[in-house]
Amino acid sequence: MSAAVRTERLTVAYRGRPAISDVDLRIEPAERVALVGPNGAGKSTLLRAIAGLVDATAGTVEIGGVPLSRLDRLGVARRLAVVPQLPSLPFATTVEEVVALGRLPHEHPIRGLRPADRSAIAGAIDRVGVGHLLGRDARELSLGERQLVLLAMAVAQAAPILVLDEPTVHLDLRHQVEVMDLLADLNARDGTTIISVLHDVGLAAHFFPRIVVLDQGRIVADGPPAESLSGDRIRDVFGVDPGLVRLPASLRGSAIA
Amino acid sequence: MSAATAVAHRRGGTRSIARRPLFLAAAGVVGLLVALVVGVAAGSVFVPPGDTIAILAHRLLGLDLGIHWTAAEETIVFELRLPRVLMAMTVGVGLAVAGATFQGVLRNPLADPYVLGTASGAALGAAIAVILPVRAVFLEFGLLHGLAFLGALGAVFVVYRFSRTGGHGQMTSLLLTGYAIASLLAAGLSMAMFLSGAGLRQIFSFLLGGFESATWVRFATALPLIIGASILIAMRARALNGFLLGEEAAAHLGVDVPRERAILLGLASLATAAAVAVSGLIGFVGLVAPHVVRLAVGPNARVVLPLAAIFGAILMVGADLAARLLGDVPVGVVTAVIGAPFFLFLLRRTRAGYDL
Repeated sequence: MSAAVRTERLTVAYRGRPAISDVDLRIEPAERVALVGPNGAGKSTLLRAIAGLVDATAGTVEIGGVPLSRLDRLGVARRLAVVPQLPSLPFATTVEEVVALGRLPHEHPIRGLRPADRSAIAGAIDRVGVGHLLGRDARELSLGERQLVLLAMAVAQAAPILVLDEPTVHLDLRHQVEVMDLLADLNARDGTTIISVLHDVGLAAHFFPRIVVLDQGRIVADGPPAESLSGDRIRDVFGVDPGLVRLPASLRGSAIA
Repeated sequence: MSAATAVAHRRGGTRSIARRPLFLAAAGVVGLLVALVVGVAAGSVFVPPGDTIAILAHRLLGLDLGIHWTAAEETIVFELRLPRVLMAMTVGVGLAVAGATFQGVLRNPLADPYVLGTASGAALGAAIAVILPVRAVFLEFGLLHGLAFLGALGAVFVVYRFSRTGGHGQMTSLLLTGYAIASLLAAGLSMAMFLSGAGLRQIFSFLLGGFESATWVRFATALPLIIGASILIAMRARALNGFLLGEEAAAHLGVDVPRERAILLGLASLATAAAVAVSGLIGFVGLVAPHVVRLAVGPNARVVLPLAAIFGAILMVGADLAARLLGDVPVGVVTAVIGAPFFLFLLRRTRAGYDL
């Protein structure tokens, strides 16, 4: 079976300066992977390269065994959903209308939404728990609420791979945990491959079985939290005392060691 | 009409969301027919609506309604007013669809062919065609349409490029760029008038805007361009919806952003140019029609585009009728009186709710 996402010697440079260099990454279908690393490590660039938003300077990206260069935008969007950054909205748009945008890659070009699309929208709204916001103008929501709405939109897209860049920045603790549980549930029940950039290393260690650590554009560790988030590595990569990081109890011994 | 209502009933029973746009579309078609009859009947010489309908039924559908009319009435209705009303409708469709497209692609509620300078660009192109000593005409399409299209396209291109470099405050930079471009184009138009000699009247009529010079032939040149561009835009409603969350999100949702942006802006410029080539500069219809529709049915382009087209057509016939009844004032004056306050209202609302 081909990998959900595979990069080979992937390098992306902006004006000659590499943001990521020689990244070899293989993510199997139905895996759940967190990307962590300090600011400027290249996490977002790696996500953008996987989503085909920036071109590789060198190396290749494959999605489901197909090189990205052979897929058009629609082909990418049916295989891979991205939770976008909080955008501005030029017109009053209800939450339901925003979630419905997740069906754009699937809807009929002339007829628009079909019954299957409507049930996918309803299902996503239900799963992310934004049903109480449905009729509201998305521009009037709090940042956290908007983040959940965009997550619901990406869930409605129903792609086999879900990519998230900092899905929890604007969320309170309870919602952070709820989003993490939702990602685990999508992963376990639907077999969705989850790839997420996370700032909170503790949250990543709690909820992700595989952690990829990036530093200065390169992968410096890749494995279960106990391996990739050792105390030495946290000190090296993030430059902080590892005792400050809230790791799960089961890992705490190895992190402090 | 009856087919549209039947569809509304069939769908309306199952989904309450679908009921409203279809009801509005049906109401819009009725409104359009009323506007057609009133627009043809009223004017300096009043032709009774019964006679008007009978003449239209006879000439367009070959029906005899058993009502008698005079030959003068028939000439007024069929040679003067009908092409004028139909042309106003077509131009209304073109400006409304172009406005909705510019607003969607540029993600700016204040964009419209007039505000962006697109219409001025088209007018300048048309004016240059008037003063050039060459006459290249094929089936009434000629240099004038070609240069109007290039002018519209050039204005959109410049406004788009400059408004993007601003980053934050994108809205302000779009409006300021549009203003700067429109001023420059106005200067170009003045220069064209200065150089025009015999073409002065024609260029002046572009500036004023209106449907006095409507003929069946001119209607026939505008119709295929505007309706064609509008249908092609409506077929790309999916891409237009993708732009709602920004270009990056649109790409994630499967929209080929550079391609769709170029096609949509090009088609909207074409519709604008075709409208300006027959009717000159008429402001604010492209701003008002899409927004009023969005207030009723939300931002989904699949619904907004057809409804804005219908509403734009009604609005334009109404504005032209008002202009005629007020003693043949330029129709642009009427649309400005409606549109400028609406623009200010939008500007105020937008400042509060917009994120940039």
